[in-house]
Amino acid sequence: MKQSLALLLLLAAFAAAPLVASPYLLSVLVVVLYYAYLGQAWNIMMGFAGQLSLGHTLYVGLGAYASAALFVRFGVPAAIGLWAGVLVAMLAGAAVGSLSFRFGLKGVYFALLTIAFAEFTRILFQHLPGLGGTGGLFLPVAERSGVHLLTLRGSPAMFYYVALAMTAGIFLLCRFLLASPIGYRWRALREDQEAAQALGINIFRSKLAAVTLSAGLTALGGVFFAFYYNALFPDQAFGMPRSIEIILGPIVGGLGTLFGPILGAIILTPLGETITWATEALGFKAAGIKQLFYGLSLLAIIKFLPDGVWPRLKRLLRWDADNDDGDGDEGAAR
Amino acid sequence: MLVIRDLDLFYGDAQALAGVSLVVPQGSITAVIGANGAGKTSLIRTIAGMAKPAGGRILFDGVDITGWPSHKVCNLGLGQVAEGRQIFPNMTVTENLELGAMIPRGRKAAAATLQRVYQTFPRLLERRDQMAGTLSGGEQQMLAIGRCLMGQPRLIMFDEPSLGLSPAMVKEVFAIIQRLHAEGLTVVLVEQNVAVSLKMADHACVLENGHVAIEGSGALLLEDDRVRKAYLGL
Repeated sequence: MKQSLALLLLLAAFAAAPLVASPYLLSVLVVVLYYAYLGQAWNIMMGFAGQLSLGHTLYVGLGAYASAALFVRFGVPAAIGLWAGVLVAMLAGAAVGSLSFRFGLKGVYFALLTIAFAEFTRILFQHLPGLGGTGGLFLPVAERSGVHLLTLRGSPAMFYYVALAMTAGIFLLCRFLLASPIGYRWRALREDQEAAQALGINIFRSKLAAVTLSAGLTALGGVFFAFYYNALFPDQAFGMPRSIEIILGPIVGGLGTLFGPILGAIILTPLGETITWATEALGFKAAGIKQLFYGLSLLAIIKFLPDGVWPRLKRLLRWDADNDDGDGDEGAAR
Repeated sequence: MLVIRDLDLFYGDAQALAGVSLVVPQGSITAVIGANGAGKTSLIRTIAGMAKPAGGRILFDGVDITGWPSHKVCNLGLGQVAEGRQIFPNMTVTENLELGAMIPRGRKAAAATLQRVYQTFPRLLERRDQMAGTLSGGEQQMLAIGRCLMGQPRLIMFDEPSLGLSPAMVKEVFAIIQRLHAEGLTVVLVEQNVAVSLKMADHACVLENGHVAIEGSGALLLEDDRVRKAYLGL
C-alpha cells in the first residue's frame, strides 16, 4: 500500500511538473525519464535475468535509425515506424543472444560480445551513405507546437508526457514480468544457472526472451530519442559512452529492483547538470573537470551503497515488511 | 526403467566416463558408489542432459534421451537433486518450490503438489516465507528434495544427499528417500555414505575411473571384499 501510494504521488508530481517547470527544467526532466525508461529496459536483461549487456545502445541506435530513416525517406509516421525499429532491434537481440547462448558464452565474454556488436554497428552506420554516415541523419521538423502523437511531433510538453507514459508503462510491465512465470525463471537463472537447468528450466529460451524483450523495449526509447532530438550520429547513437549511461542508473539505483532504474535516473541526471552548473559558477575551466566530479560522485555512491540506493532507502523507510505489492525486488543481483 | 549403455563422456581430453552401462529397474533403489572423481556426478549430469556424451545410449522408459537438453529430460519425469543442494538462497522457500514446477509436467498440478510437499515436509511449511539461504543444511536438503518433487518426477537421482549434514539429519534424509521410494518413486542414489546406501539399495554398482568396476545387489556388494576394503574400511 505504502509503495503504491508513494508511486502515485511520484507520478502526480511528474504529471504536474510541466505546469510549473521552466523549459530548461522540463528538458532535464525529459532526460531523467528517458534514462529511467532505458535503465528499466536494460534491467530486464541484467537485473532480472543476470545477463550483462554493455552494448545496449545498439538497440537504441537501431530503433532510432530505423524509425528515422523510414520517416526521412518515405514520410512514414513515427507511430508506424516504431514497429520497424522495435522489430529490427528484437531481431538483432535475438541474433546476439542465440549466437552467444548457443555456444555457451557467459558472463564477461557475453558482455564483450555485446560491445563488439554495438561497435561493429557503429562503424557500419558511419559508412552507410544512405543514412547520412558520419555527417548524421536529420529529421525535418514542421511543427513545434500542439500534440501530434501519430507523427510524434509537437511541443516539449508533449514529448515530456510521452516519456512519462513510456516510463510508467515499462514500470508496470516490469512489475508484471517479475511476478510472472518468466520472471521466476529469470530470477532462478540469475541466481544459479546450473540449478535452474537442473530443474528443467529452458535456459536458452529464457535468456533469449530476456534479450529480445529488452532489445525491443530499448528500441522504443531509441524512437523517442530520434524524434525528440531530430538528429542522429553513429558515434552518438551507437557509442560506448551511451551504453554506460544507460546502465549507470540501474546500478546506482539498485540492480534488479523495480524502483532502482527510476531512482538512479532521478539522481544521476540532475547530478550531472548540477556539476556542470557548479563548475561553471565556480569558474573551473579545466577540460574534463565535469567528468572528474561526476566520476568521483559515482565512486562515492558505489563505495557507500554497493547494492544501490533503493535497497538502502527501502530499509530506511521500513518498507521491507511491506511486501503486499509483491514487487519481488528483494535480493537484488550482486 | 532407465537403461544406460556404454556411456562415454569427455571434459576436453579428460575422459570422465568410459563405457558405463547400468540398468535401473522400475521401483528400485539403485546405488552408485565410488571414490571422488570416479565419475558419479558426471554420470548424473549426463543422464540429466547437462553434459553431452561422446558415445553410448540413455533410454528412459524405452525413449532414447541421449543428448536431449535438460528441460526435455526433466519433463519426462526424470528429476535430480543435485550435489550441494543448489537452492536459491535469495528466494523464499515457496518461490524455490514453485520453481520446481516450471516444467510443463509439473505446472498443472503445481498447487496440489505444493500442498503435498508441505505435508511431507512440515518444516518447510513453517518457513515458507523465509529466504532459503537462512535455512539449516538439513532444511535446505529437504527444500531441494521438495523442489524436485514439484516437477512430478517418476525417478529421482540423488547426488550425495547426506553431504555436510549432521548424523541425525543424515538419518532423516535417508528415511525420507525410503518413504518416497515406498510411495512408488524409483531412486538412483549416489553416495559416499557407502554402508547406509548399500543397505538401502536393491541394486548397486561401484564406479572406478569412469567405468563400472563391480555390480550386483546391495547385499552382495556389502559382502564383497573389494568394496569392504576400499569403501567400508574393513
